[in-house]
Amino acid sequence: MSAVQATTAFDTVRTPDPANRPIKIHTASVKVTYGQKEALHGVSIDIPERAVTAFIGPSGCGKSTFLRCINRMNDTIAGARVEGTIKLDDQDIYDPDLDVVELRARVGMVFQKPNPFPKSIFDNVAYGPRIHGLARSKADLEEIVVTSLQKASLFNEVKDRLNEPGTGLSGGQQQRLCIARAIAVSPEVILMDEPCSALDPIATAKVEELIDELRANFTIVIVTHSMQQAARVSQRTAFFHLGHLIEEGPTDHVFTNPLEQRTQDYITGRFG
Amino acid sequence: MEHTVSAYDDDLKAIARMVTEIGGLAERAVGDSVAALTRLDLALAQRVVAGDKELDRLQHEIEEKAILVIARRQPMANDLREIVGAMRIANDIERIGDLAKNIAKRVVAINGVFPNKQLITGVEHMCEIALQQLKRVLDAFASQDDQAAGAVRQRDDEIDALYTSLFRELLTYMMEDPRNLTFCIHLLFCAKNIERIGDHATNIAESVHYVVTGRSYEEERPKADASITSTISGS
Repeated sequence: MSAVQATTAFDTVRTPDPANRPIKIHTASVKVTYGQKEALHGVSIDIPERAVTAFIGPSGCGKSTFLRCINRMNDTIAGARVEGTIKLDDQDIYDPDLDVVELRARVGMVFQKPNPFPKSIFDNVAYGPRIHGLARSKADLEEIVVTSLQKASLFNEVKDRLNEPGTGLSGGQQQRLCIARAIAVSPEVILMDEPCSALDPIATAKVEELIDELRANFTIVIVTHSMQQAARVSQRTAFFHLGHLIEEGPTDHVFTNPLEQRTQDYITGRFG
Repeated sequence: MEHTVSAYDDDLKAIARMVTEIGGLAERAVGDSVAALTRLDLALAQRVVAGDKELDRLQHEIEEKAILVIARRQPMANDLREIVGAMRIANDIERIGDLAKNIAKRVVAINGVFPNKQLITGVEHMCEIALQQLKRVLDAFASQDDQAAGAVRQRDDEIDALYTSLFRELLTYMMEDPRNLTFCIHLLFCAKNIERIGDHATNIAESVHYVVTGRSYEEERPKADASITSTISGS
């Protein structure tokens, strides 16, 4: 009678992208094992370009693990093994010949807790362009720093104190500084792992506004525990549960009319 | 499955209960208004008019409660659809109450005019079907039964057809003797009101369909009201 189906199989329920955006990241059968424990049991999803894709799901569902595969952050964890295919613009990012440092310049990351370097605001943003050799001159570097801070909607608040330490900013400003730092190296993809969970509602709104602006130029993947945030900022939503991708589809669809029973139970607050 | 926060379930149940309550009041108002018409019972008609306040009050209460739940719990998916559905349904029911009240007011106006029993029987018959429709669609909402709602939506053309034939009959009577005019016009409005009540029942059926499936009907519902195109020569 109801439109919701209860499946026990682990086939992902998919609703295609009505906007038909080009695919930026293609993943197929991604499995992640930590030692003996398999945390992700084969996840396949295509992430569209210049859009925000949100990963939701209860703690331990594998959404952060999957996010960290996209810029090979799991390489840094001892005993972690990643199988399957992850391609960024048709390039296999687990290709042994691939330069991981270069990959992480293309796929930036913003973490849950703002983590500015213990350096000045200017140096925080200038750090990436410096090590990647993106600036030819001092003036060049200054311009990158200023535009990055502007894109992160932080410039007006900090323009008079660029030489003060980044750690002296408020939590919300620190998070926007981290976003400025991530976009200073002109990445193509920005991964965000619960970027607002340590912020107050106003700072959260500013970051969300920023995410909405950034999607014109970047492909954004965000992991969030706030369903409302996923509903507000993303165009596509993927629901993870116990290491499986249960459902993925247009955000408007997933939050008003999910197709899978477990998705509906989770987003309506009925999880056992 | 129940919500992790049990007070949320209580909120949703309270809204559903109020919709059932306002639905029951509307059913009674419609039945009483037509009973007052057939018996020319002025006292009953006045009770229907007075009772409309309670319907308005309940509709407000449902709306306020729904807004509060949205603000407090940010409902999603089927919960959100259920709350939006309850608000829409309460609106339709409130309108049904207004239409019943309008029929009751006409009983007072008709009083003293020579009534034609046969014509009134036609209105009564329309009313019986409209009441069945209303009852079934409210049950469909209470039990989240999409099929039952669909059946209500399919049956509305029956009321439309009855209305069309009554419309033609009334035209004939009015042409026969201008002294029938007052009575016939009041009766025509009563019949039109009942036809509108049927339409509201269909709206409710459409809301139930949305609540249960998350989708809107794609195909048009059957329609049989031909009175709009009727003329005196064509009647």
